Amino acid sequence: MTETTNRSILVVGGGISGLSAAIEAAEAGCQVYLVEKEAYLGGRVARMNKYFPKLCPPNCGLEINFRRIKNNPRVRFFTMAEVVKVSGSPGDFDVTIRVSPRYINEKCTACGKCEEAATSTFPNPFNYGIDLVKSVYLPADFCFPLRYVLNPTIIGTEEAEKIKAACPYNAVDLSMTPKEFDLKVSAIVWATGWRPYYAEKILYYGFGKNPDVITNVMMERYASPDGPTRGQIVRPSDGKPVEKVAFIQCAGSRDENHLPYCSGICCLASLKQATYVLDQNPEARVFIYYIDIRALGRYEDFFVKVQSDPRVTLIKGKAGEIQRLSSGKSVVQAEDQINGIITKEEFDLVVLATGMVPSTVDGELPVAVARDSNGFLLDSDGTGIIAAGCVKQPVDVATSVQDATAAALRALQFTVRR
Amino acid sequence: MEKKIGFYVCSGCGIGEALDVNALLDLANSEFQVPLCRSHECLCQTEGVDLIKSDIEKEGVNTVVIAACSPRVMYDVFDFGLDKVVERINLREQVVWSHPAGDEDTQMLAEDQVRMGLTKVKEIEPPDPFQAEEMSKDILVVGGGLAGMTAAREAARAGYGVVLVEKEPELGGYLRTVYKLPPENPPYETPEENPLEKLVKEIREDNRIKIYTSGRVTSIAGGPCLFDVKISQNGTEIAERVGAIVLATGVIPYDASKLENLGYGKYADVVTMVQVEEMFKAGDVKRPSNGAPVSSVAFILCAGSRDPEHLPYCSSSCCVEALKQASYFKEINPDVTVYIFYKDIRAVGNYELFYKKLQKDGLFFVRGNVTSVDDDGSGGLIISAEDFLTQAPITSESVDLVVLATGMVPTTAFGEPYRQPQAGQEGEVEIPADAILVSNILNLQYRQGPEIPALKYGFPDSHFICFPYESRRTGIYPAGSVRAPMDYARAVDDAVGAALKAIQCVELTSKGMAVHPRAGDMSYPQFFMQRCTQCKRCTEECPFGAINEDEKANPLPNPTRCRRCGVCMGACPERIISFKNYSVGMIGNMIKAINVPDEYEEKPRILVLACENDAYPALDMAGLRRLQYNAWVRIIPLRCLGSMNIVWIADALSKGIDGIILLGCRHGDDYQCHFIKGSELANIRMSKIKETLDRLALESDRVRVEEVSIADYYKLPQILDGFAERLAELGPNPYKGF
Repeated sequence: MTETTNRSILVVGGGISGLSAAIEAAEAGCQVYLVEKEAYLGGRVARMNKYFPKLCPPNCGLEINFRRIKNNPRVRFFTMAEVVKVSGSPGDFDVTIRVSPRYINEKCTACGKCEEAATSTFPNPFNYGIDLVKSVYLPADFCFPLRYVLNPTIIGTEEAEKIKAACPYNAVDLSMTPKEFDLKVSAIVWATGWRPYYAEKILYYGFGKNPDVITNVMMERYASPDGPTRGQIVRPSDGKPVEKVAFIQCAGSRDENHLPYCSGICCLASLKQATYVLDQNPEARVFIYYIDIRALGRYEDFFVKVQSDPRVTLIKGKAGEIQRLSSGKSVVQAEDQINGIITKEEFDLVVLATGMVPSTVDGELPVAVARDSNGFLLDSDGTGIIAAGCVKQPVDVATSVQDATAAALRALQFTVRR
Repeated sequence: MEKKIGFYVCSGCGIGEALDVNALLDLANSEFQVPLCRSHECLCQTEGVDLIKSDIEKEGVNTVVIAACSPRVMYDVFDFGLDKVVERINLREQVVWSHPAGDEDTQMLAEDQVRMGLTKVKEIEPPDPFQAEEMSKDILVVGGGLAGMTAAREAARAGYGVVLVEKEPELGGYLRTVYKLPPENPPYETPEENPLEKLVKEIREDNRIKIYTSGRVTSIAGGPCLFDVKISQNGTEIAERVGAIVLATGVIPYDASKLENLGYGKYADVVTMVQVEEMFKAGDVKRPSNGAPVSSVAFILCAGSRDPEHLPYCSSSCCVEALKQASYFKEINPDVTVYIFYKDIRAVGNYELFYKKLQKDGLFFVRGNVTSVDDDGSGGLIISAEDFLTQAPITSESVDLVVLATGMVPTTAFGEPYRQPQAGQEGEVEIPADAILVSNILNLQYRQGPEIPALKYGFPDSHFICFPYESRRTGIYPAGSVRAPMDYARAVDDAVGAALKAIQCVELTSKGMAVHPRAGDMSYPQFFMQRCTQCKRCTEECPFGAINEDEKANPLPNPTRCRRCGVCMGACPERIISFKNYSVGMIGNMIKAINVPDEYEEKPRILVLACENDAYPALDMAGLRRLQYNAWVRIIPLRCLGSMNIVWIADALSKGIDGIILLGCRHGDDYQCHFIKGSELANIRMSKIKETLDRLALESDRVRVEEVSIADYYKLPQILDGFAERLAELGPNPYKGF
C-alpha cells in the first residue's frame, strides 16, 4: 500500500446507498463517518414492504448491514445530523456537522415507559402520515439505533415533564440543543437519496382530495406487516378491503409538465404491488395503465410472471383523469389505444406510481457539485465529492448498492497518497 | 485460555419484575460454579458497565456472561475488547417481553437460557486468525474491455497492483467496434465520444498494472490472497500470485443467424447493430448489397431478446443503442427515414430525454411483433409485423437497411455443463449441484468445478438485491455485462464497485478475516482429520466451493475461500469440523444443558434452532411488540440453518425434548439464505431425519422446518404455539426420563 494521509471519508445519507458506501469503504480499510438526517438508518428502503423481484423484506439486508456496522469500529454514524458547511480541497476537507436534539440520550433502552406516559399524538412520518404516533416514539420496529425520539413541539409542556419522569434511566433530556462539530475527511460521498414526486401537483388525479387515490410509497406502508394497517391493504376512505385496484404508471414521470425523465423503478414497483393485492385477496383484480413497461434484464421474468396472471390487466395508455363517484368508487378515464375509445373503469383504490425526485432538486448544497436541470448530481471527477445512488440517477436498490460500492472506491482513492 | 467467568444479570427493562433474579444468580453459582455472579438494576448504564470493567481489572474476569437484553442491542456498551469472551443471554426480548411476568414457566425459560449461555462459554475459545505465507494483495482482472480496463485502472489508483489479462492482441473488447456511446451529460441529447484511447493510454502508463494481451488464464488454484494463476501468452506460461479476481469478460451478441425469419444471412442488407457501429466507425455507411447510400432504415428491437425461444431476458441496452444508431443516421442525413419496431421502449432515467429528442427528430415508432423480413422484389426490404395490441398485420414501406438489435449473451454461458466427480455414499439424499459451465475462462482448480456457478441464463450473478457483488466463489467478483445485461455507463460503475470488493477481500483476508456476510469474523473451520471417513459431504455441500479433495477423498480446506457459515460443520456425520467459537459439541452441550421436566409435570420442551440473521431478529421484534408465545421454547441461534448437524436432533430427542423446530430463510428460486443453500440443506437433512423417526416409531411431526423471514414476527406466536399444540396431540416424547 501507498503511504496514506487522512484515511477518513464522510458519507452523507444513511439510506441504502449511503449505508452501503459507508460499510463497503470501512471493510476496505477506511475510517468512515456516516451522517443521516433522520433518527434511524435505512432511509427509504426501511419503509418498503418487499423488494422486487424476489419479494423479500428489506430489513433482511438492512439487518446484515447494521450488523456489519456494529462489528466494525471503523464506522461512526450520527443520526438526526446534517452537513452544514464544507471547506477545504480534495483529500483535505473540513466539514461541520449539526446534530438536532433527539431529547433522548444514549441511556435509552427502548423499554417503552416514556411512550406509556405520552398523551398527545402526531401524524406518523414513517407511515407518510397515514396513522398517528405518540409524542415520544420509536421511529420503526426495526429502527437502528433502537432508541426513542421525542417530538420537539412538546418541549415546554407538562406532557414532556411527565415523559421525562416516566423514564427509569434518565434517558429523557429536555434541555438538549443543536450541537455542531467538525470533521476532517479526504472525500465526501453524497448519497442523500430521493423523495416521491408531489402527487398533488398532478391536479387531474385528485391526490390529496380523493382519499382513495394513494401513492406507491404509501402502498408500501399499507402492505407492510409493521405498517399502519398491519399489512392489510384497505381503502383509506372506509377501511374496507379492496377488490379492484388501478395502478397509474408515469404519474409525473416522462411528462414535461412534471418530471421529464423516466424514474426507472415504478414499473417494477407497480408489478410488485400488484402481487401484494392479489396475495391478500385472490379474488381481486388489478389494472395497470402504462406507456412502456420498463423491466430491464432479468426483471423481464418478473414482468412476464405478473403479466401472465389472468387477474392482471395491462392497458397501454396514459390515464387522463380520476373522478370520485358518490358510491365511493374512483373512476379512471383513459384512452384505449386499440380502438381510440375513451374507457372508464371503476376502482376501489387507485395507486399513483409517482416518480423519484432527487433530494438535491432544490435548495443550496453545502458542497460545490454540479447539478442537471432536474436536480440530479453530475459526475465530478477529481473534486473529492462523489454522488451515489438516487441523487445521481433514479435507480433500483441493486443499482444503488452497486453505485455506492463504486463510490466507496472513488472516495477511498482520495485517502491514498498517489 | 484459562477462563474466569463473571456472570451479570440485569434487572432493568422489566426483567427484575418478571423474574426471580437471585434464583438465576444462585443457579450460575451452584450449577456452574461461577465465582462472580452479580445483578444490577440497569447493566447498560455507566455504573453497570463500570461494575463489569472493574471485575475485569480487579478480579481478572476474561469471560463475561451478560443476561440482559438481546445481543442485537447495546453491542457497543458491552464491548470489552477482542481478548475477552462476551456472551449475551437474551432475557429481555425473548423471555420477559414475550412471556407473562412472575410465572413459573417464564422463570424456567430464563433459567434454561442461562444454562445454555454458561454452557456455551465453556466451549468458546477466542479465535486466532488464519495466516499464510506470501499472501498477495494484487488484483487479477480477467477481460480487457470497458469493464475490465476500468476495474484495473481504479484498483491501481487506490494503490493496488493489478494483473490484467485480455485474450485479444489489443485492449478494448467490444469498445473497439463502437463509434460513440449514448448520452451521459445534460441535456442528454448527444452521443458521447468513445473513451477507448484515453482509457488504454491510462492503463498502459500506470506501472502498477501488468498487462497480458493475447493472454488466457489456464489455471487458478488456491483462494483469496493465495490465488496461483497461470497465464498462457503466445505459447509461454506465466505464473502470478494474486489476492482477488475481477471477472469482466463481457458478452457476445446473440447469434443473429438463429433468427431465420428476420432474414439475417439471407439478405445482405439485414445487419446487426455491431455492423452499424463498424460502418460509422469506419466512416463508410452504405448498403452492403450494392454500396448505395442508406435513405431508409428499420431497427428491429428485441431481436432474440424477451423471447422464450431465444433469450427470455431483456438485454437492457439495445433500446438505447438503437436510438443512438438512429441518431447516427439522422446526423449524416436528416432526411433519412427511420422505423423502430419495438415492444416497449426501455429508455430509463435520462435516456428518456434522448428518446424524446429523437421522437422530435421524426423517427417512426411501430409497436409490433416482427414476423418476417422479405425482399420487395426491387432490392428493398419489407418488414411484416403484428400490432402488439390488436394483432392487426402491419407492413412497412420498403427500406434500404434492416438493423437487428440482437441481445447479449454472457461469455460465461458457453461450454458443456460440468459434471461433479462421483457423489457421496449411496442412499444419501441428493444435494442439488450448482450449474457450472466449462466456459474456459477462469479454469479454477476447484473440486466443485472450473468456473463460477451461474444462477440463470448463464450469468454468474448472485441474485442478492442488497449485495449484488456476491458470487458463489469467494474473492471472485463478476463485473459489467457478464454479470447482468447492462449499458456502458452502468458497466463502468459496476467495474469500479467490483474493484472495491476485490480490495476489500484482500484487506480482510490478509488479516485472517472473513469477507461478506460475516465480514471480520476471525474464526474458521478446523478439521480433525483422524476421524474423517472421506464421505465427501463437506466438499459437496459447501455453497462456496471452499473445500477441495485429495485423490483419497480427504477434504482439503481452503480457509481463505471460507465464508464461515458452518454448512460443512452441519454436513459432517463424524462431527470433525469445528470453529473455535462454534462447534457441534458446543450446541450439543447447550441442548443437553436444558432442564427437561419429566412427563408427569406436563411441561413440554421445544428446541428452536433459529437463523441468526432473520429468524432470531424476528423473535426479538416479537418481544419488542410484546407478542406472547408459549414458554416451552428454548432458542438457540445458528450462523445459518445449514450449520445444523442432525446429531443435535438426536441429542434433543434422547434428552426428552418433545419437539424441534427450525426457523430459517426461504429457499428455492427466490432464496433468501445469505449462504445460498443453507436453509435448503437443513431442509434436506430434516427430511432424512423424518424418515429415521418414522422407522423408530417416533412421530416425525416432532421435527418441523418453518420458513420465517425477518418481517414475519407477527406470525411467530402462531407458528410456535401451533407447533406446541401439535406436540400436545402427540403427547410427551417417549424417551423422556430415560
